[in-house]
This record gives sequence, C-alpha cells and structure tokens, in this order.
Amino acid sequence: MHYHTPASFEDAIKIAAKATGITRFLAGGTDVLVQLRADMVTPDTLIDIKHIDGVHDITRTSDGGWTIGVAVTGAEMTEHPELAGDWPGLVEAMDLVGSTQIQGRATLTGNLCNGSPAADSVPAMVAAGASVSVRGPDGTREVAVEDIPTGPGRTSLAQDEVVTAVNIPARVAGGGDAYLRFIPRTEMDIAVVGCGINLVLDGDTITQARVVLGAVAPTVLLDQACGDAIIGTTLDAAALERLAKAASAACNPITDKRGTIEFRTKVAGVLAQRAAKIAYGRAQAGGAS
Amino acid sequence: MSLDDVKTTGFKYVGTSPDRPDGLDKVTGRAKFGADAYAPGMLHGAIARSPHAHARIISIDTSKAEALEGVKAIVTRADFRDDLRGDHWNVLENVMAGDTALYDGHAVAAVAATSVLVARDAAKLIEVTYETLPHVTDVDEAMADGAPVIRAGTADKSVPEGLHPNVVRYHESGHGDVEAGFAEADLIIEDHFRTEATHQGYIEPHACLATLGGDGKGDLWCCTQGHWNVQKICSSLLGLETSQLRVTASEIGGGFGGKTVVFIEPVALALSRKTNRPVKIVMSRSEVFRASGPTASTSMDVRIGMKKDGTITAAKGVFRLQGGAFPGAPMEFTAMCAFAPYNLKHVKQIGYDVMSNRPKQAAYRAPGSPMGAFAVESVIDELCNKLGLDPIEVRLKNASREGTRASFGPTFQRVGLVETLEAAKAHPHYSAPLKPGQGRGISCGFWFNFGGETSVSLALSMDGTVQIVVGTPDIGGSRASMALMAAEELGIPYENIRCTIADTASLGYNEVSHGSRVTYASGLATIKAARDAVKKLCGRAAAKWGIDPEAVDWVDGCAVPSGPNAGDFDPMPIAQICKSMGRTGGPIVGHFEASPEGAGVSFATHIVDAEVDPETGKTSVVRYTVVQDAGKAIHPAYVEGQYQGGAAQGIGWALNEEYVYGKDGRLQNDVFLDYRIPVASDLPMIDTVIVEVPNPGHPHGVRGVGETSICPPLAAIANAVSAAAGVRLHELPMNPPRILAALARRD
Repeated sequence: MHYHTPASFEDAIKIAAKATGITRFLAGGTDVLVQLRADMVTPDTLIDIKHIDGVHDITRTSDGGWTIGVAVTGAEMTEHPELAGDWPGLVEAMDLVGSTQIQGRATLTGNLCNGSPAADSVPAMVAAGASVSVRGPDGTREVAVEDIPTGPGRTSLAQDEVVTAVNIPARVAGGGDAYLRFIPRTEMDIAVVGCGINLVLDGDTITQARVVLGAVAPTVLLDQACGDAIIGTTLDAAALERLAKAASAACNPITDKRGTIEFRTKVAGVLAQRAAKIAYGRAQAGGAS
Repeated sequence: MSLDDVKTTGFKYVGTSPDRPDGLDKVTGRAKFGADAYAPGMLHGAIARSPHAHARIISIDTSKAEALEGVKAIVTRADFRDDLRGDHWNVLENVMAGDTALYDGHAVAAVAATSVLVARDAAKLIEVTYETLPHVTDVDEAMADGAPVIRAGTADKSVPEGLHPNVVRYHESGHGDVEAGFAEADLIIEDHFRTEATHQGYIEPHACLATLGGDGKGDLWCCTQGHWNVQKICSSLLGLETSQLRVTASEIGGGFGGKTVVFIEPVALALSRKTNRPVKIVMSRSEVFRASGPTASTSMDVRIGMKKDGTITAAKGVFRLQGGAFPGAPMEFTAMCAFAPYNLKHVKQIGYDVMSNRPKQAAYRAPGSPMGAFAVESVIDELCNKLGLDPIEVRLKNASREGTRASFGPTFQRVGLVETLEAAKAHPHYSAPLKPGQGRGISCGFWFNFGGETSVSLALSMDGTVQIVVGTPDIGGSRASMALMAAEELGIPYENIRCTIADTASLGYNEVSHGSRVTYASGLATIKAARDAVKKLCGRAAAKWGIDPEAVDWVDGCAVPSGPNAGDFDPMPIAQICKSMGRTGGPIVGHFEASPEGAGVSFATHIVDAEVDPETGKTSVVRYTVVQDAGKAIHPAYVEGQYQGGAAQGIGWALNEEYVYGKDGRLQNDVFLDYRIPVASDLPMIDTVIVEVPNPGHPHGVRGVGETSICPPLAAIANAVSAAAGVRLHELPMNPPRILAALARRD
C-alpha cells in the first residue's frame, strides 16, 4: 500500500491518475480506515487530502452561500454558529454521524463519497440544493450532490477525479430545513430511514419544497411528488397526509438486518411528516427575522 | 463467639462500599488484559474460518500460506489429539473443525507469523476446498422432519424415540397432575413464545499468549473466567500433563458466562509447540460474534391455569433451545427455573436440546432462565389482565416460600421472593402515574446459584497486613468483597488487605467464576481462611502469655484474654504478633479448601415502565426498578452494579439484540454497529432495592447476585411494552419493525 499526502488537489489527481488497483482518498478516515481494518477493502493507494491548503475552512461566499472544505469535521460544523443558523437541518444531520470521537474526524465529503444510501448528511445536502466541486485532469466541474452516488458504495467520480469542496447555497428569507433519521437506539447507529427537507415559505404558504429520503433505495431519493404534496399549502393535516403517502410511495427499499421493506415504507412517511413540521417551523421563524 | 458461627448483623466493614482495588489500574491503563501480554520472540496467530454454515472439508492446501515470508507454522485438526471422546472431543471439534465445518466462522486452520498482518494475510492464503451441505439455523426447523442432520448419533439416552436426530437431550420434571390442575382453573391461557440468540457482549475480545516447549511444559496467559478449567481442557486437547501447563488469568473485560470455555487457547498452544516460540492470538469483534458462544435461541409453549382469585392451579411449559452445532443448550435450566417462583401443586416442564448450524452456545448470565421467565411471566401477566387482578398480588398469592416444594424438585429453605414482592409493592415506582403511551410491567425471576471447588490462602505479613490469594477471576468486584469479608473477620482495615488472583501453580483447583458463586464460595473460603489465621494468631498470643489458646479471643484486630479468669494482659495487636512470627513458630497463613454446597437461591422482582411510539414502533424504557434478594450485600455499590448490569443486558436482549442469519446461514450482523447492544443514552437510571434475607449456608449470609438480575427483564419489559402498545408481544427482540407489525395486526 502506498500512502500519499499531496500538497495540492492537482498533485492529488496526478497520483490518482497514475495509481493502479484500488485507490481511496482519505480525509477523516472514519469509513476508509474502518473498512481497511475490517478487511473489507485493502487499498493499493491511499491519498490523504487533509494537508492541502484550505480544506479545513468554512467560508461564506460573496452570494451569501457557504463553501465547506473537504476536511472540515462534523464538530467544526456544529460549532460554527452562522452555518448552523443558516442550515440547522444540514448541520444536525452531520452531527448525527457516529460518536463524539467520530465527529472530530468525519467529514461531509467523506460521508458523500462513501456512497452509502444511509449516509445522514446526504439527504440534508440534497434538500439544501448543495453541489460539490469536482476536480479532474481537465479542470473543475460543479456537480449536484444527488448526482454523486450511483449505488451502494459507488459514485459517479472517475478514477482521476476528486471532490475539492462542498457548496451550500445562500439561505433565502422564509426558508428552513430539517433532517430526521430513524434508528432503534438513541445514537451510534446507521439510519434505517432518513429524511431531509428544505422549505421556502411566502407568508405561511410553502412555495418551494425539496424532500429527500435516505436508506429506502440504492441512492438517496429527491422526490418531486413529495414536494408537490405540500407546495401551495400551509402544511395542514391534509397536506401532511399527502406527504406521508407520497414518501411511502417513493420508497424502493430492501429488507435487511437493519429493517424490513414494510417498516421502511411506513416510517419514511412518518419521518417526512415530522421533518416537514420542523422545517416549516424554522422557515416561519426565519421569515419573521 | 465460636469461630464457626454465622454472623449476619453488627458488621463493621461488610456492607460498606470502599474504593475498588483495581480502580486506579483500570482508569490509568495499567491493568493488563488478555491482549496486553508480550514475550521475547513472540509470534502472532490468525485463524482461517469457514465461510459456510455447513460444509464438508475436502482438502486444506497450506502451501501458498507457508510460502509467505514471515509465516512460521500452520496447524489444522491433525495437530491435536485424535483419541478424545465425549465432552473434550466436542470442545476440540469446536476449537478446530475436523471433517466438517459446522457453522459460519468455524475454525479450520491457524497460522503463526512474525506480525499480525502477515498472519492475517497468510490465513487468507490457506485454500480450503469445501463441499457445501444443507444447513439449518432455526430451532423449530432444526427439529422438523427433513432438517439437515448436524451429527447423527449425538443424542443421549434421555431422548424419546421418534424425534429428529438434532434433538440430542431431553428433560422432563415437575409434580402433581397438571390435567387435574387445569380442570380446576377458571381461565387457562396457552401461548407460543420465541427468543433470538444474543451475545454476552463483553467489551474485551478473547486474547491469549501461549508458550509450549518440546518438553511438554507450558505457560498460558489468557482472558478467562476460570483458568483451572482452561488448564484442564488445554492439557487434555494437547495431550499434556495437567500440572505442566501453568495458566494465568489476565484482568477481564467482561465475561458474563461467555469466558467459561476455550476457543483460541489450544490453538495458540499448538502453534507454540510447533514453532517453539510464544504465540499470541487476539480475536476480532467479528470473530467473537461468529465463533465464540452466544446464548441459545428458543421456541416455547406455556400453559397456565388460574382461578378467579389469582390462585394458579396448574402450569406446563415446553422449552426448545437451539445451542449451535453441539449438545449443551441449557434447556434443563430453562425448564427448572421457569416456574420456580411459584408454589404449584401441579406443574410439568419439558426441555429439548437441539443442534443447528450455529456456533456452540456458551453460558450467558443465568443460562436459560431469562427465556423461560419471559414466556411464563408473559402468560401470568395476560391472566392478570383478563381476570382484572393486580400482578404483584397474584405473584404474592402464589409465591414460593420457605418449605415450598420447588417446581424442579427440592424444598426451598429460607428464600426472599415474598420480601422482594413486598418491597416492589411498597416502592413509589409501582404506584407512580403513567403518561399516555406508557405501560408498566412486572416480572419475577429465579436463579439457583452455585458453590463448586474453592481454595483460598490468606497470608499475614510481618507488619500485620494481609494478602489473600484466591483462584476465581474477579468478574464482578470480588477482590473488594474478599477484602471486606477478611477485614470483618480479622478486625483490620480494608486498606490493609490485598487480594490477588493466583495462577494455577499457586493454589488448589478452583472452579470457574460462574453460577454467581464467587462472593459465596470464595467468600466463604476467605472467611474460613481468616478464621484459621485468627486461630493461629490467638495461639501465638496464648503462648506468649502462657495461657491456654482457648482462653484467647480475637477482638478488633487484637488478641485479648477471653475473660478475667484467663489472665490480665494488654490486648496484643495483629502487627505485634506478626512482627515476631518468625521466631514464635514461623509464618502465619490461613487456608481453606472445600466444595461448599450451601449456595442460597435468589429471587428478584423488576418493575419497568416503557413508552412505545405508535408511528415507528420504537420503545423507550423510561423507568426501571430492580428489587432483588442479596442475602447480605458485602459491597453494596458492586451489588447495585450487578443489579443494573443485568437489567441493562436484559433491555438489550428484549428490544434490539439478536443474531441475524441470512438464507445462506451466515451471520449478518457481526459487528457492534449492527448487533444493537444498548448504548448509555438508551438506558434510564436503573433504580435498585437490595433486599437482605440471609443465606444460612454462608457465614455472612451471602447469596449470589450476579445472575438473578437478568432473569426478570425480558418478561418485565415485554409486559410493559405489551401494555403500552395494547397488543401482546410474543417474540424477542421486540424491535421497531416487529412492534409496528404487531400494531398493524391489532388495528
């Protein structure tokens, strides 16, 4: 195994392009190192991108959005009051990953590139409309977060491509987000179902809604029907009922050691309702300020 | 006071909770656990394991592994004795597969190499050719016609004719005429219950360091609940003289019964013998789950008849336990404990020990008892609901007391079940209001407790301090308890006593730390050894004073004349006697060796409040109270810890822990991420009430406390969840998908 600590993304993709066998990028290592120790994967090339300038930074962009470096940890996000004020749902989603110790290492980018349909931060990022900057030999392209995972453990990234940052849009007035997951315990577990929702209100009426489900299909699901179920409403009982039905209908889950098809389908609707209520409350509070 | 008197009141040290002697070592990392041993020239072992649930081993090709640089030796079954029979053959067959791999994770070969990584890589290079066989992992399926036979001819003589060959032992006990009893009942409820296998979940994986030379002399360091047992079995499996193998027990990071057996130790010894180098093996968590001993899974039918006034007229239970690919599932304990809390005229219990393609079960805290209690106490709860009776009053009405003929045969001596029920009834928890969505459950539980071979030595130092040497690994605070009991007898401070767990070369045989026996049996032996030392101390004082040894008493750490007639001498403190012991007769050491048989049985009553989310089926245990008879709590904080620990493990077993097997017979959840043991935030504060009804068989009244605490939780939680959900749950774990499905059936 070859271990590299490139000083720039340019160097990182050069190393990746030349590498043979299995290559893994290493940021916090909370998935890669665990998989390595568990004998699930033995990379031939390990490229540690934590030493590149700027990867630990959370930056406000000129349009009011945020750029989050690939080595920014969950704990750093949670302790960033402005980011957490704009995107509480996203920050809380990341904060649900693992333990206190894991939070000191784990990153948004790692959670995304691990390719798990149960990743907690991914539905929240997709709901927020986040994208990632992807650098390859031909330069940098911007890719919507939902276009990165292609199936369990798989992504659309090429061998010589690397994510260089996560881009979160500006929080608009009257907006609010939330993420909830179901686990049988209280912490230290993997989502059996997850749901991220981002809403924009005009007064009390929902004008935009992005509803994203996790762990109920091979990739996270951004479901338009769920959004349509509540757009134009004040999230009244009938709208919530429609939302639950749409969320359950969108599910394409499996039965595995973590839950059954029936359970995931039902609970997706329950979580969608609960997350929508939180996002709606936040949007109302945001709209007032 | 005669030295043989039983003392149950007026204690000075017993009943206090001083700091634990191993505390500083453990919080500073100085304590040496199984994996903390190193030796010059040490090699690392790794084990190749079957990926199949059931497969004939056609061939094992080790050539590629042997060619890897750093590999020093490979062992297979051929490196062990081939003339074993009976129990030890079964142990060997589990430690290293013979002709057939019997479960996913079954060891088939092992390698020793110069590093852990090389050893693991080499294990992957061992090429095993398998012919897969049909498999079965479910207890009911394993008993059914046409199920794959795990090993023909294993059944013993107890098994009635006509049963599947996987049924290898049968148990039947009880008394009276159950059919006549059922005829007297106003209401009879019969139901079917199932529990899944759970793992003891100890934090420390199995680990050992073995050294065995060509001269047949060996040393073994390992993490175990009983190193004399390890010595006995390893020497048998490797053909050594028992005394030539010295075994030392490390500090232990939990055992709960799962470390009463051997897995890697004989393998490390075989590799060491072959390489003439020390060999260390440390299991991964995945290996612990796949290839050590979880508990049995069960399928049970319980039928109970009750009169309108709550009197139980008859009870019958059938308990089928799957214990993996070997005989030994503790079905007789399930059967014998199930109805033990109740004074029954007519009772019958039947047990089946069933083999399947799973790892060999090992003891887990009151092995067998919690499952039976789950079924029985659920049915009693349902009877109380249907007849509109208070669950504690009904249990009091039928409770076993002194003189009751136990469901499993003997007549109970003094027991404390009624006292636990009265304390539960009086506890504010029992009358506290419940919020909507919450339910309350009650359950009793029973465990036998045990004595066993015990040997203790207590040596006095020249400054009058004391070293106690015991042979029972400290799995629950026993070093503190031994020091307290010795302090009480010797009349010296707790801090002046150090208790050490000796290796097998330093004491006579000591039975494993199991059966909640240590505070009882090693405690009894410690007290008797202290009394032996006191007698010798009094003898030295008598000689000095020139009076009869019988005329000397021992009071507060001093020899004193027993009365005015004995003479007028100042009290002679222990330190003064010890200072001159070399010239007054030599070292002073107290001994005691015996197999004490007066272990007092123990009962508990638990109260649980649970809240169920009707939309997701998720259960939160919101309040929990353990009431249990300790006989006498030597170190009450440790006793409370045992009560809380049993409840915590019971919560996991009841709600989320389970062995999940795929259709391929492989274990799906072999890591703590997916084997859902409770985390700290899953648990409420677990309140405890220590009831003390002294055990007449122990000089301070001790009953074992470690196991009884896990007997009631499964049922108490099931009764609380069923009340909260408004539907009876019959199967464990009561995980959210299962509860949601039950709620859907209810509606």
